[in-house]
Amino acid sequence: MNNIFVYLEIEDGIVGDVSLELLTKGRSLAKQLNCKLEALAAGYKLDGIAAQVFPYGVEVLHLADDKRLAPYTSLPHTSLLVNLFKEEKPQIALMGATSIGRDLGPRVSSALFSGLTADCTSLEIGTYEDKKAGKVYENLLYQIRPAFGGNIVATIVNPDCRPQMATVREGVMKKEIKDAKFVGKTHKLDISKYVADTDFVVEVIERHMEKSKLNIKGSPIIVSGGYGVGSADNFKLLHELAATLGGEVGASRAAVDAGFAEHERQIGQTGTTVRPKLYIACGISGQIQHIAGMQESAMIIAINSDPKAPINQIADYVITGTVEDILPKMIKYYKKNSK
Amino acid sequence: MSFNIVVLAKQVPDTRNVGKDAMKADGTVNRAALPAIYNPEDLNALEQALRLKSKIKGATVHILTMGPARAAEIIRESMYRGADGGYLLSGREFAGSDTLATSYALACAIRKMGKVDLIICGRQAIDGDTAQVGPQVAEKLGLPQITYAEEILELKDNKITVKRRLERGVEVVKGSLPMVVTVNGSAPECRPRHAKLTMKFKRAATATEKQETGNDYTDFYDARPYLNITEWGVSDIEHDINWLGLSGSPTKVKQIENVVFTAKESKRLTASNTDIEDLMIELIANHTIG
Repeated sequence: MNNIFVYLEIEDGIVGDVSLELLTKGRSLAKQLNCKLEALAAGYKLDGIAAQVFPYGVEVLHLADDKRLAPYTSLPHTSLLVNLFKEEKPQIALMGATSIGRDLGPRVSSALFSGLTADCTSLEIGTYEDKKAGKVYENLLYQIRPAFGGNIVATIVNPDCRPQMATVREGVMKKEIKDAKFVGKTHKLDISKYVADTDFVVEVIERHMEKSKLNIKGSPIIVSGGYGVGSADNFKLLHELAATLGGEVGASRAAVDAGFAEHERQIGQTGTTVRPKLYIACGISGQIQHIAGMQESAMIIAINSDPKAPINQIADYVITGTVEDILPKMIKYYKKNSK
Repeated sequence: MSFNIVVLAKQVPDTRNVGKDAMKADGTVNRAALPAIYNPEDLNALEQALRLKSKIKGATVHILTMGPARAAEIIRESMYRGADGGYLLSGREFAGSDTLATSYALACAIRKMGKVDLIICGRQAIDGDTAQVGPQVAEKLGLPQITYAEEILELKDNKITVKRRLERGVEVVKGSLPMVVTVNGSAPECRPRHAKLTMKFKRAATATEKQETGNDYTDFYDARPYLNITEWGVSDIEHDINWLGLSGSPTKVKQIENVVFTAKESKRLTASNTDIEDLMIELIANHTIG
């Protein structure tokens, strides 16, 4: 009762990074709140899951192992969570801001009348004073996220409803093993008690999942472009510089929306969060949504024709000028001086 | 046989084109400075609905939107593109709604419409990016859902087959109607306005809009019932007031911060050859690159 639950995303028997990151965050929140960290795995052939998640400090692992639970469909997983939460009454429930978490989270919150905040960039514990009601709430989950196109950062709380629910994107939290030898308890669920046969109304006919070919998150150097790059053609310069330096190409949401780059390259709150050694921001103005996804880069170079672009404020180097002018020079002088 | 499709749509501030005057001095959002637009993914949803309308005999497409009086604009916009009409849910009781209170109000309105076979909406709205309202409406109505839809492939024998675009792949799923489908931005763009329909529906209006003109057009609209946009207030839907607006919203905003970056000491460079070469030499020397 009153613990922290993480919903585990599982593909081919492997727990997703986003879930391991949430377990790591959940563990530190649990420590602060002096409660337990629990996890739910729903799918088929889940024998290998326990060994993957116990090192992250999961004290109770709930297992819902049934052929019909994989691949994921909305209603059975919703029923499972809703009924389990009614029994266990967790105070916090976390899930990935993925196509599964964002399909499942809203349904669960709607069924339980509990608040859900999508795409949080930070989770903290704190107090909240409801001045109108003259009430002070201790130990609430602060769900922090940029809002309104990234012009503001909002802290959201759910004072009265439980669980307090939040989704977080992959890469936002760091994953860290607590103790490789730690072993928690396993709790096998009798599926028929949680899921009705009538929940299986949507059938997956075909499924093609690809391992992402891009590894933006793991790349030590990222050359990233915004709307200011101007065209898909100019984006080729970014690819050239990235290839020369041994990095990957990223993009802001505006550049993706404009069709300059593929969606999977998007960096920011609604894309991937990265922490490279070097981040070269080309023609990116620096909306908070973007900054949220790259501000922990070790070094930031901002290339912008606007000397007052907001991104300049967090950059280590600010180069004022155009992408067409500067990028070829960077390639040229890198080649000249390396080796 | 009738086949009734409802498209949930939202008028949103265009957060993609935020100008310098978008924020007021006190740090609040200056909504007046932002143009109000048709939420982009709701247009993708409308297109899927209109495609079904042309394939299924007797199918109708109606828009449901919750918002202030001016949100009727997107209902008219939908009619110009082929929708049959729409419903505006409006009133101060709905103010301050989070996604859950919004979905409750929308679900109440849908129940009032009678037989609805398919509910289609955009995956998410650009002012919140939450992607929560579609699934929350589905749950409130006790309906199944198919999210992240890119294309409705088939609708036959009361079954719908949908291609979903997920982060790492594609899925084809099949389910029974009634159903809620949320549509991705990667779905085909919405068709443009149709000139004839634009002429026909130009004067489509809600009761509030008709009043605002100050003229009595009763006879005009009585003769042309297709120009009436239904406007519902809180008293028109069966509801529990505790579930609406602020009291129906479990999430509360504790704090809004204007974004202020803590400025680093940045080194300013020009685009000159010397500056760029010096930078590359420095980065190689400190092993950032190379």
